[in-house]
Amino acid sequence: MFSDYSMSELGAIFAMQGFAGLILFSVFVLMALGLAIIFGQMGVINMAHGEFMILGAYVTYLTSNLFAAWLPGVFGMYFFVAMILAFIASGALGLFIEWAMIRHLYKRPLDTLLATWGLSLILQQVYRSVFGAREVGVSIPDWMMGSLPVTDMIEVPINGIFVMVLATGISLAVYYMMFRSSWGLQVRAISQNRVMADAVGINTAWTDRLTFGIGCGVAGVAGSAFTMIGSTGPTAGQLYIVDTFLVVVFGGAASLLGTIASAFSISQAQSIMEFFLSGSMAKVLTLLVVVGILMIRPQGLFTLKLRK
Amino acid sequence: MTDRKIPKSLAGPSRRAFMAGSAAMTASLFAPKALFAQDYPTAQINTTGLAVTDDTVTIGILHSVTGTMAISETGSVQAEKLAIEQINAQGGILGRKIEYIQEDGASDWPTFAEKARKLLVNDKVASVMGCWTSASRKAVLPVFEQNNGMLYYPTFYEGLEESPNVIYTGQEATQQIIAGLNWVNETKGAKSFYLLGSDYIWPRTSNKIARKHIENFMDGCEVVGEDYYPLGHTQFNSVINKIRLKKPDVIYAIVVGGSNVAFYKQLKAAGIDMTKEAPIVLTISVTEDEIRGIGGENMEGAYACMKYFQSLDNDNNIAFVKAFKDMWGEDIVIGDVTQAAYLGPWLWKAAVEKAGSFDIDKVREAQIGVELETAPEGYVKVHENHHLWSKTRVGRAKLDGQYEVVFETADLVEPNPFPEGYQ
Repeated sequence: MFSDYSMSELGAIFAMQGFAGLILFSVFVLMALGLAIIFGQMGVINMAHGEFMILGAYVTYLTSNLFAAWLPGVFGMYFFVAMILAFIASGALGLFIEWAMIRHLYKRPLDTLLATWGLSLILQQVYRSVFGAREVGVSIPDWMMGSLPVTDMIEVPINGIFVMVLATGISLAVYYMMFRSSWGLQVRAISQNRVMADAVGINTAWTDRLTFGIGCGVAGVAGSAFTMIGSTGPTAGQLYIVDTFLVVVFGGAASLLGTIASAFSISQAQSIMEFFLSGSMAKVLTLLVVVGILMIRPQGLFTLKLRK
Repeated sequence: MTDRKIPKSLAGPSRRAFMAGSAAMTASLFAPKALFAQDYPTAQINTTGLAVTDDTVTIGILHSVTGTMAISETGSVQAEKLAIEQINAQGGILGRKIEYIQEDGASDWPTFAEKARKLLVNDKVASVMGCWTSASRKAVLPVFEQNNGMLYYPTFYEGLEESPNVIYTGQEATQQIIAGLNWVNETKGAKSFYLLGSDYIWPRTSNKIARKHIENFMDGCEVVGEDYYPLGHTQFNSVINKIRLKKPDVIYAIVVGGSNVAFYKQLKAAGIDMTKEAPIVLTISVTEDEIRGIGGENMEGAYACMKYFQSLDNDNNIAFVKAFKDMWGEDIVIGDVTQAAYLGPWLWKAAVEKAGSFDIDKVREAQIGVELETAPEGYVKVHENHHLWSKTRVGRAKLDGQYEVVFETADLVEPNPFPEGYQ
């Protein structure tokens, strides 16, 4: 199938395809980090994860409108403000939901699945009532659209670079919080042994709430970033939820490193197969491989070594 | 239980403005015929027990106003309510005001079937304006055939269907595809095509027809690639790379829903500038409605093949757009399907008046050959296969989210839901 093309064309295509895989990897990491915190560390199956992301997207939409109306001079910079606001909005909603709903369900993990599923339906309808059933168009600053021509054949999309930088930054921030801050130490202590953590004086209730809030906040930032590459509508969150759980479960629920490794392997596999097969077939094959590996390793790629 | 509403209490955003608009419209376009209820005794015009009284007739509206499809179907509901309001302002049908019962299909196909049964069996509605996706139409089809109802279906769709109980007011696939492909070949000299779609029946059937037409009926043209992505897919960088490698003259895209937004945003981000036409992007799935989500700046320069664009410059359409905006707000946009949905009540009215009866069998017979001079898309006529004769048009997307019409067929295109040589 490559005989029709010259070597330079092939080289360019492989370079661009590799880059497409890296963008997909960054997208997966952004999607999955928030859930990895919530599901991995707290064991809460948050089916409303996609809706927290879309809240971030809607906040971005509102911010862009505000800037366009009041501060058109610095419109190019609004995206950074929007991401911070998205983190705050989704995080605050997360804190509230944890207080109102999730904390009553820690002992019944399967019920959180139903409760958060219900929450996702409620949020979807709220978005629909507030913003309308139609998708909204988020205007992206000009400098973030378009591409950088590297050679005649190779063009690198700027929003792809932006997503990659953002994914790296947020991964580092989460890593730092998890493994270098006292909050991270408490979270990890609680996930290993809740009773003992309580006994040594860790405020488990507050730590849980903060963890859930931070997880949701990270989802909000992801949603904000995705306005560049995807749609913003009441049900757009549903587009991401399956891939997100796939990445987190495949990686090993309690391991952040596992999440990143699994995002990398799934994205590369899918991106390469999409190039050689049709899009639907690539998806089917990716899922088959993941199912096969999970049958052999039900705990996922990486696991924490725990004394049970 | 049922949300039975009479259209008079219609909760449009600016009802007063609408009344003024529709009154002007009534005067200029639709000269009311004097049909009085007493000339048509209810016992004579309704022999099968439909919901017809001496001064009202009840019809059903069956669309999704919740769930994923609400985004698309809202426009159809608005168009149908506008048509009903206008018909009532002219004195109704056979001297009877139209009342409607609106049911929500909730984007769920079994719900559509259940609600259709409720409308036909419990409410005895005289006709139903409804459905949007093919899946919902297929779900209600047995209900309509079993209970002998009449459905006016607005969406352009894949064809391969001809039910005695459905009038298809949108285009079937060949009406939408063939003229557009010929146009891009003849005026733009396009020879190679890359077919792309979401992975379900409509894009696949449409692309099959497109491929047959390109390979068998267009000299020297070829399909260089064909690809499908699951509904809701949001990552198109790989296929954009494939397209770059194949260097087609035309990307023929039938991507729908949220994927649409992702596809066009990523196409632009990858440096494919559609205003430069290298390659040309031709779609049959993006109306003015969808551009609102995609963003005019991401869609500028793409071509769409439809039968209706909001920017059509004729008196019918100018009045229609004005009435629609007066009723539903200045910001609203009108897509191809919305216009087709608007035709439903008018076509039904014409058939009932031609038959002089609300009886389904008589209306069905009278419906064939009904002409509508007042359609926003121009003149249309009902074919004996229950589809509409209509023109095919090509529009080019502008920055403001509207299409500029660049081509229209000289004559009406015959509907051909079972095209020979394309199966």
